[in-house]
Formats: sequence, structure tokens, C-alpha cells
Amino acid sequence: MSTLVIKDLHVAIDGKEILKGVNLTINTNEIHAIMGPNGTGKSTLASAIMGHPKYEVTSGSVELDGEDVLEMEVDERAQAGLFLAMQYPSEIAGVTNADFLRSAINSRREEGDEISLMKFIRELDKNMEFLEMDEDMAQRYLNEGFSGGEKKRNEILQLMMIKPTIAILDEIDSGLDIDALKVVSKGINKMRGEGFGCLMITHYQRLLNYITPDHVHVMMQGRVVKSGGPELAQRLEAEGYDWIKKELGIEDETEVQEA
Amino acid sequence: MTVEINLPATEQDVRSFSEANGEPTWFTALREAALDKAAGLDMPKPDKTNITKWDFMNFPEHTVVSDTFASLDALPEEAKGLIDLEAQENLYIQRNNTPAFIKVSQELADKGVIFTDMLTAVREHSELVEKYFMTQAVKVDEHKLTALHAALVNGGVFVYVPKNVIVEQPLQVVFLNDNAEASLFNHVLVVAEANSAVTYVETYISTVEEAKGQANIIAEVIAGDNAQVTYGAVDVLAKGYTTYVNRRARLARDAKIDWALGLMNDSDTISENISHLIGDGSQADTKTVVVGRGTQKQNFTTEVRHWGKNTNGHILKHGVMKEAAQSIFNGIGKIEKGATKADAQQESRVLMLSEKARGDANPILLIDEDDVTAGHAASVGRVDPLQLYYLMSRGISKTEAERLVIHGFLAPVVTQLPIEGVKKQLTEVIERKVR
Repeated sequence: MSTLVIKDLHVAIDGKEILKGVNLTINTNEIHAIMGPNGTGKSTLASAIMGHPKYEVTSGSVELDGEDVLEMEVDERAQAGLFLAMQYPSEIAGVTNADFLRSAINSRREEGDEISLMKFIRELDKNMEFLEMDEDMAQRYLNEGFSGGEKKRNEILQLMMIKPTIAILDEIDSGLDIDALKVVSKGINKMRGEGFGCLMITHYQRLLNYITPDHVHVMMQGRVVKSGGPELAQRLEAEGYDWIKKELGIEDETEVQEA
Repeated sequence: MTVEINLPATEQDVRSFSEANGEPTWFTALREAALDKAAGLDMPKPDKTNITKWDFMNFPEHTVVSDTFASLDALPEEAKGLIDLEAQENLYIQRNNTPAFIKVSQELADKGVIFTDMLTAVREHSELVEKYFMTQAVKVDEHKLTALHAALVNGGVFVYVPKNVIVEQPLQVVFLNDNAEASLFNHVLVVAEANSAVTYVETYISTVEEAKGQANIIAEVIAGDNAQVTYGAVDVLAKGYTTYVNRRARLARDAKIDWALGLMNDSDTISENISHLIGDGSQADTKTVVVGRGTQKQNFTTEVRHWGKNTNGHILKHGVMKEAAQSIFNGIGKIEKGATKADAQQESRVLMLSEKARGDANPILLIDEDDVTAGHAASVGRVDPLQLYYLMSRGISKTEAERLVIHGFLAPVVTQLPIEGVKKQLTEVIERKVR
């Protein structure tokens, strides 16, 4: 079993504090969902864990199986088993999706132990078919000219090919129509199991109709303010966030813009 | 004021070289007249690069004699890798100034296609060469270097494709430079008559560490009505050369040229690539990639000039600058009066890999007609940190991520080259240069 432990995490962007002490523990074989209104720091949490260059961790810790994640370079975090499906994946011209995926897979393997081309193609074909992606997506340049939905599918394709230990999915459901949402959810559910833990960030309960989380957390004003089971998400869907604010005595403040 | 520069050759030198080569009198006369003009003409003035201190004149030898290759097995590895030894049917290899190997398929000969070295062409296809040699695309008296080139031509290729002939397999040319004393006054002349199609791919490759001579290279493409020419070039000349390379096309009605130029010289280089869209409906697609390194100074001018109606010009230039290399990228779309419905588009992007490198992207649109479309995009910057973050977040190391981004950035020309060996070599050269 692997465990990602986030303790009292404070994160700033351009000197402005956005996360004000986040505590979370994610084990493999668990799916967590983080919900919350816009601008409460959900995406900041995802980016800070992965090591986005614009986010500055001012205090607190993130550990994966006791290893200090914050000390690691971005590629080392990935090699340690972390994965972030990004809200806005970069487009990289001239690099084919297939070449990129092979480099990513081989970066986790020793020199001389690279994945064979045949095996790679077999897995790629299988996963692309599973995600109902056009064959030509493998030879297209990475995310270049992809529609919003294609980009999200491509993030899940990477997830399935790379097979991380802990995946963070940052609004994987935003901008997806219902068919695409079903396909993306199917991919995530396939990953579910012993060796896989997941933290899903979402605005919408809708995603949770397809992927039932084990734990649901609510983030407000840079902190996790409430945690519970799947029933918490349902209550949020039915009643919104006001009852939590009332219950916890949270005053609305000027919204922080998420980057 | 014209500064007097002593020319590197005398009329006597030129005449005796021409005679030794058995050239027809018109060509000897052209050389002599060109030399005469060279004395009085100014140097070219590449925009934003001052070349007054560059030495375009001095060289140790006008012509060096090299051994020919009895078979392709005798080729050095650097050249071998470029060629599909079994499948390549039409191949010319020039070693320094010596025509060292030529192979032309029977099919081509039967169709009346001419594919031979320039000095042989001047003798054996005198009338054809006379008609096109520096008469339509590049003129002898444009400036001192064109004139000097005409006077001193000592190599190159002549390609002639008759009307309605489609040449299926690319014609491949390798200019191998393995003698540090060699100077290259190569002239390439590609004539594609109406409704013909041909793909020509040349590679300049130096195996010497440092050269001492001049590279003054001119290529002319004359495309007849509805002719299609694809011109691929990879230049990898050694430092030490002062390189002037001028590749120019003139297109008749509905003709099309696709340029794919990988300009990887280690020498200081002035490169000019102009397509004249004379005929209505003609098109030029120009893709250029460049890597500069060391203390290299380079100037790359790409121009598409629209004369005909409904002409279509697209310029793409991507350059990577590292160490203390300096480059100017001039992209010019010029639409003349009367060229209605012309479309001039260009994109110039420069990636800087070090603090000391300099790269200027200089997009210019000159439009003398109202009813046209035109656009340009230009950028100079570093490797995007968010792209690196994205790639690294998948486990790819920073070095490898940078490598992927740079190769991707230069891919537009690599993918365009129609010969596998040349494609592979360009990838390797990029790899070596950006490392």
C-alpha cells in the first residue's frame, strides 16, 4: 500500500496565500473527491503537489510513503508514482502523442529495459480503443489542435499507460459532454484497485454519478473544511454549500481567482 | 561610395579555367563579363546584418581535385548514411569540386530528363543552360557576390524536366566537402517545364573540422505552367567558410514550389530564399529551420513576392539559437499592384537557449494591392516553462523534455524531407547541435 500525506500545506502564488493549511491523506485503493466553490484553492492544491513552477509552498509537507515530495523535481515526483491530469494540458507541436507516451513510460524504466515497441503499440491500441479515441490521435502532435474533450481523454490515456500510484485529476470533467464524461469515467474506474489511489477535483456532483468516491472533502477558503462519504456529495448537490458555511460559521470573502 | 576590393581572381584565371573545362564561348564570355562587373558592384546588404567586415573574397584554391568514387561502398560513412544505397536510382555526388559519382535511371533518360553536373551541362546542354542560367531567377549583376559567383562557378547540378514528365523518385544530390582548401561556387539550376513534377534534395556536408574557403552558392528553380517542384536542402558546412547561399524560384501560372530547408551550417552564413510568384495561381510554401551555435553570425531572408493574381505564399521559419550565436530572420511577403486575391502568410519563431544568444524575427509585409489577405506571427523566446512542466509531470527529465520541445519546434522541415536518410541525418545534426 502507498500513502500520500499532505500536512498543514500553505501555498502562495505571486506572494498571495491561497492554501492556508490543507490536511489530507490518500491511500491506494481509495478514491477521494474534493469539491468546493470556485476559487477556494482546489486546483492550487493539485498544482502544488505536482510542483507547478508558479506555486510556492510556504509551509507544510507532502510525503509519499515517507518520502518528501516537495524536495523532488517535477519529473522525480512523477517517477515516484504521482500523476496529475491537468485542467489545461500544454500543446507541444512536433512531438507525436505516441513518441511522448513512450518517453514517459521509458522514463520510469532502467536503461536497457525500455518497453518494446510491439508491446507499447499493443497497449496503446488497446487503451485508445477503450477510450473510444480515433486511431490518428497517436500520430497527432501532443494536444495540438485537440478539442477540449480530446485533451481530457488524452490525459486519461496517459493515466492508463503510465499507471501511477496516486493520480490527481484536476477538473477532468469540466467541458465534457455526457458521452465523453462516461468514457473518461470508464477509464478511471478501470484503474481503480489495489495499486491505485486517486484524488479527483471537481465542481460537479455529476462526475460522482459515474465514479463513486470513498471519501468526499469540501474545500473553502484554502482549507478542507468538511470530510465525509459519498452521501456528502449528494447533500451538496441537493442543498449547495450554504449549509456548510452556516454550520462552520464561514463568512464569504472576496473570491480568490484560481490560476 | 564603392570601396575598392581586390577580386580574388583575374580575367586570365577565369579564361583558362573555362578553357580547361571545354566551355562554349558564350559561357566563357559570361564569366569574363561577370568578373568585370564584380569589380564595380556593391556587396549585398542583408537587412539588419552588417557584413562589411566579412571576408567573402579570399580563398586558397579556386578548384581542388578530389578522387572520384568508383562505387558507393567507397563513400565515407557521413555520406553513406544519407543515401538509400539500394533504392536510390538517381544520385549525384560532388566531392569538393569534383563530380565523383553519378547514377541516372534509364527511365529518366528515356523520358528526356537531364540530371548532370553543372560543368558537364554547360558543355553538353549548352543551349538549354544558356536560356536559363542566371537569366530569369537570379541576375549576374545583382551585386558583387552574384557576379563573382557567375565568374567562378566550379560545380553544381543541372536538372531539366521536359513538359508533362513526372519524376517519381526524388533526385538526390550530395555535396561532400572533405578538403579544407575547397571553395564551393556551386550553381544549381532546376528547370521544370509545363505540367511536370520533380523533387530535388541536396545535402551539403563537411567532414573537415574547419574550412578555409568560400561557399558562394546559387540555386535557381524555373517552374513552368502548372509545374510542381519540391526542393529540399540540408546545409551542414563547416565553420571557416563564409557562406552566401541564394536559393530562388520563378513560377509560372499555377506552378507550385515547396521549399524545405534545414540550414545547419557552422559557418557565418547569409542565406536568401526568394520565390517569385509570377503566374496567376502560383504558390510557394517555404519552410526553414535553423540552429545557430558558438559565435556564429547568420542572416536568413525568406521572401515570397506576389506578382500574379490568386497567388499563395506561406513562410514558416523556426530557429534555435544557443551559446553566443546571432541570427536575423527576415521574412518578407510582398504583394505587387495587380496581384488581387493574393494571400501572404508568415510565421517566424526563435527559441533562445542561452543568455548570450541573439535572434531577431523580423516580419515584413509590403502590400501594393487592396484586394488581398496577409498575416504574420513572430515570436522570440525561451522554451516555455509550462511545456517543460507538463512533460516533466509525466516523468520525463528536464533535459529530455527540452530535447523533445526543440525537436518538435524544428520538426516542420524534418517531416517534410522526402528522403529517409536525409531526414535521419537532419535529426542527428539537430541532436548534435542543440545538445
